[in-house]
Amino acid sequence: MEEKDDLSALRAAWPGDILDAGTPFGDATIVIRPAALLAVMGALRAAPYSYTMLLDLTVVDYPDRPERFELVYHLLSIPRNRRIRIKLSVPESASVVASLTGIWKNAEWLEREAFDMFGVRFEGHPYMKRLFMYDGFEGHPLRKDYGLRHRQPPIPLRKP
Amino acid sequence: MQDPSPPTRFAAAARPESLLINMGPSHPAMHGTIRIMLELDGERILNSEVEVGYLHRGFEKTCEARTWFNLLIYTDRLNYVSPLINNLGYAMTMEKMLGLAVPERAQVIRALMSEVSRVSDHLTCLAAMAMECGAFTAFLYTMKAREFLWDVIEQTSGARMTTSYIRIGGVRADLHPDYAAHVAKALVETRKVLKDVHGLLDKNKIFLNRTRDVAVMSQEDAIAYGWTGPCLRSTGVRYDVRKAQPYLVYDRVAFDVPLGERGDNFDRYMVRMLEMEQSLRIVEQCVALLPKAAPGLTADGMPPAEAITEARRQKSGRPIRLSPNLEGSEKAVSKDIMAADGGAVIPPKEETYTSIEGLITHFKFFMKGHGIRPPKGEVYFAVEGGNGELGFYIVSDGTDRPYRLHLRGPCFHIVSALESLIKGRLIADVIPTFGSMNMIGGELDR
Repeated sequence: MEEKDDLSALRAAWPGDILDAGTPFGDATIVIRPAALLAVMGALRAAPYSYTMLLDLTVVDYPDRPERFELVYHLLSIPRNRRIRIKLSVPESASVVASLTGIWKNAEWLEREAFDMFGVRFEGHPYMKRLFMYDGFEGHPLRKDYGLRHRQPPIPLRKP
Repeated sequence: MQDPSPPTRFAAAARPESLLINMGPSHPAMHGTIRIMLELDGERILNSEVEVGYLHRGFEKTCEARTWFNLLIYTDRLNYVSPLINNLGYAMTMEKMLGLAVPERAQVIRALMSEVSRVSDHLTCLAAMAMECGAFTAFLYTMKAREFLWDVIEQTSGARMTTSYIRIGGVRADLHPDYAAHVAKALVETRKVLKDVHGLLDKNKIFLNRTRDVAVMSQEDAIAYGWTGPCLRSTGVRYDVRKAQPYLVYDRVAFDVPLGERGDNFDRYMVRMLEMEQSLRIVEQCVALLPKAAPGLTADGMPPAEAITEARRQKSGRPIRLSPNLEGSEKAVSKDIMAADGGAVIPPKEETYTSIEGLITHFKFFMKGHGIRPPKGEVYFAVEGGNGELGFYIVSDGTDRPYRLHLRGPCFHIVSALESLIKGRLIADVIPTFGSMNMIGGELDR
């Protein structure tokens, strides 16, 4: 299969940085080391891979794992009509990942959302501000330890 | 107490001599849920910042606390103008995970319903866009056509917007026996309205001045911003999920993918107009693909209470038939519209009401800790929504509810380009630009 070719080519090109590759449920997936993110993404965006679109970025929180946050990127190649998923894990104590705002423009909002919802920070992001929640919101709502019915303290009125 | 809100990037960078104004969140053209802060020099926009999140209601968090079956109702509220496509996106993602095969009749019904929803979605977008430019007639006409389309949806699903009609494994009920007449009427009326709207707007100087060459998006930027759907195609990029990765019956129906050339507001309007014609073509073909009537379909069934009473009689002379549109489906219809998998779909209501085994299966499906149990793993699947690629990313840990569910909302990416599109333009250009993007708060803010 062609998708397998992509994955084996990537494995050959980044032997130490790609920790795992496979196609669970038919979705091409690679797991990389966080330090290699910018280099791998830059290579994937360029020819011959031409994954020119950043479809999505989200985070999955695994509080029991030593590397708590798993970042999940989805890329799309329109000319080659295929998608790929890139995953990487970071511990809570060092949850800083390189920002992709230099490669894709929608990364700015996607990374703001990830920061808002999970508290993962992005190094090199021009404007690390919450996207959906307001300033003064305490905590990060999509973390597993944030209760479903957790209430926020009232925010003080702004001085005119 | 200290003010918790530091000044925004926009306010910090604003020149002291320029005028700062807020557009929204309570502004009739902001569709209720978005705030654009503008730095103005006269009428010229020097800089802007878009603030979203006013309609954030924790969709993803809520879904993590609901069972696989129960969270379907929340997908209705994502893009509330085309809820059926959201249902479809979730249901098909789950089917990919569960490996369910959906009966063909259900697939045709799903495609039909998706296309009807797509037309109503585009009509709503264009109606709002035209009205905000002052074309109130076009708004009224398109709203009229949308009512006929929603009649089709309401007749079968029982609701106009909160449908929850497309379920994991199939659809909830067969089409209403009389659906063909309503579809035919909706097709005629919508085509009439499309012709009228073409006549009203295509060469209308007021409309053209506000849309032609306003907010031009290049192909490279559209891809870099993650645009999909009609907005991406307005720049001339040929990408439609229905063509690229065909699902349902889209590889068996003939339709074209209209493309724009310039990527301006007018092209976004025109691509949507042309796409509706293609969607109506698909609807026609779907009706032709469906056999004339479903086997065993009964137009006038019994209400559930009556069916229960009848079932308790030792010798009931009457056949026990439930109304096909009240609570799903008779046993005879069920195999055509629902996958045959006891663990992933609800048994036909007829069995639940009339046999003890059926009742047990029904209870086990809804009991805590039972119901749908997909394998461990994660899956991404996308359908072509009204605004573009509507993707669901679902992580399952093998329990009865999702570990993580994430929606890739197409208009999130489209609206993220708004700041760059209105920079340097006049304040009046914000209205048609924003209108042509079809921002849907439920999908963007989640």
